Amino acid sequence: MDWIEITTVAVDSIRANKLRSFLTTLGVVIGVCSVILLVSIGEGMRAYLTDIFAGMGSNLLFVVPGKRDTKGGGRALNTVRRLTLDDARAIRQRSQSVVGLASRVVGGGTVEHESLSRDTLVMGTDEEFLEVHNMRLASGRFFRREDVEGKHRMVVIGQTVADELFGSHSPLGQSVKVSSARFRVVGLMESKGQSLGFDYDDMVFIPVSCALDLFHQEGLSAISAKAANQTNLEPAIEDIKRILTRRHNGREDFTVVSQADMLDTVNKLTHTMTLVLLGIASISLLVGGIGIMNIMLVSVRERTREIGVRKAVGARRRDILFQFLMESVAISMLGGAIGLGLGTLVAHAISSIEPDIPTRVTLWAVSLAFGFSFAVGVFFGVAPARKAAALDPIAALRYE
Amino acid sequence: MIEIEDVTKVYHMGSSEVHALRGVSLDVNKSDYLAIVGPSGSGKSTLMNIIGCLDTPTSGTYRLDGQTVSSLGDDALASIRNRKIGFVFQTFNLLPRQTALENVALPLLYAGIGRRERRRLANEALERVELGDRAQHKPTELSGGQRQRVAIARALVNQPSILLADEPTGNLDQKVGGEIINLFERLNRSEGVTLVLVTHDHQIASAAHRQVEIIDGRIVSDRSR
Ligand SMILES: Nc1ncnc2c1ncn2[C@@H]1O[C@H](COP(=O)(O)OP(=O)(O)OP(=O)(O)O)[C@@H](O)[C@H]1O
Ligand SMILES: [Mg+2]
Repeated sequence: MDWIEITTVAVDSIRANKLRSFLTTLGVVIGVCSVILLVSIGEGMRAYLTDIFAGMGSNLLFVVPGKRDTKGGGRALNTVRRLTLDDARAIRQRSQSVVGLASRVVGGGTVEHESLSRDTLVMGTDEEFLEVHNMRLASGRFFRREDVEGKHRMVVIGQTVADELFGSHSPLGQSVKVSSARFRVVGLMESKGQSLGFDYDDMVFIPVSCALDLFHQEGLSAISAKAANQTNLEPAIEDIKRILTRRHNGREDFTVVSQADMLDTVNKLTHTMTLVLLGIASISLLVGGIGIMNIMLVSVRERTREIGVRKAVGARRRDILFQFLMESVAISMLGGAIGLGLGTLVAHAISSIEPDIPTRVTLWAVSLAFGFSFAVGVFFGVAPARKAAALDPIAALRYE
Repeated sequence: MIEIEDVTKVYHMGSSEVHALRGVSLDVNKSDYLAIVGPSGSGKSTLMNIIGCLDTPTSGTYRLDGQTVSSLGDDALASIRNRKIGFVFQTFNLLPRQTALENVALPLLYAGIGRRERRRLANEALERVELGDRAQHKPTELSGGQRQRVAIARALVNQPSILLADEPTGNLDQKVGGEIINLFERLNRSEGVTLVLVTHDHQIASAAHRQVEIIDGRIVSDRSR
């Protein structure tokens, strides 16, 4: 069989009906476009999350006030006992399975230096924060335990805040106001960029004791704990639950979340999105396929005489079958190619408009797109092609 | 070469039956030039289609070059049409989107002959019908007579044993029709091509070596010159 000839005939036939062929491809275009978006967003998300979690360390646990169900629902309505610095201290002292602990209070605040000011996030924490969160300083130092206990007014600032307030000058040793209270800058954080909507560069860090005073709060927002065992977090989770439940009069009015839990939640979200896009994709591929089948039936009818002539000069069933199958596959693949281009374009547009949603068009997505359109072309092209192949040569030649 | 024995063809039209051929026996030898005549609806085309392996008889046997073809399947018939038979139609039946050359090369495509060889043989066939200079023309760019000559070149390109023509001049005027007949005669005389043609034109029929008349599905006369 001469595949070049078969392809040429198929392409000629498509070119002879440009508009019709283009309209026919639309279903496949939309289908493949959604597949590309689906896979590229999914891939991008996965890469992005892997990046974030790899940076944080997978043995990180978060303790937050309030009992949530394991699916990560909202806070319970009953009054919640706060997490306190004493709670944090208790875990640190009594648990063998927890090797690092950082208390956290977060609030909004204005940081001022001379005439410049910036509204930013103020994180109150303690000396183990850097260790627990796998973060590093660019220069200066972080506060130490005695700074936290002595409520020393010192602040470590993020890169963005430093740029805004100090420009090219070194901020170290300078005095700033955080929510009207005077602090001394002792350190500068290494740039970490955004992750999960949290910009670690646009943030300042002060001792947790100062933060509680500053925000007039008694409870912590959260406690981060680093489990000793990298792979099995259960002992650490058990320890934290036992210690805190005893301190909270036997009530488990807090939640211990692991990265696996968070990853799980995000995965469920991505999964839902995948299902929705997959639904759109399969419906449009189905509709596209039916469109192709319809046009191919029309094409077979229009070219009945041609089929008769080909058969009269010696075309066998499979010659005719493959010729029409090639045509439907060509239409479908054309749709696939357009869909691929469009999907890639949209994927790039999404990432450039909204950098928080990274996309990545992988070779895998490309092969998936072409695989899908090929399958659609074959599946919906078979019936018309078989019909063409089975035509009686005399009846076909006589067809008006 | 062609041996037809007591062939019948019955078409079923709902509950009624049409007997297009009612027992036809006919032998055609190599290099014969045979004309089939008869009134409209007498079964000439039906017989030609059976000879051309486009159709199979309801009963009776048909042997071509010693091979019984009356009982073969679709693809086997296609292969015989491809190798042994050249068919010329009243309505030319060229593919409109393809050039003269591509049309002529079509049987070679299904014979599994390579691209370059196809071009060479198709060009040769076009030369034989004196259309070498029209190879790249589409059928719509050719006159009726030229189209029929392209169709003849297509019928000849595979070096078939028989050339069948069902009213090849039916759509052409007298003068052009005459040229086509001259071409047939030349092919028969100088190249020994076996020729069977159906015609309504008595002048054309009387030029043939042998004249077979069919009336109502039966051969009523068979005269050689
Ligand atoms: N596909 C068919 N279905 C039913 N009847 C048919 C079919 N083909 C031919 N016939 C009938 O068979 C008979 C012979 O037809 P055929 O075409 O062989 O005639 P013909 O001699 O070629 O006539 P003409 O000179 O008009 O071409 C006619 O009565 C015709 O109606
Ligand atoms: Mg006829």
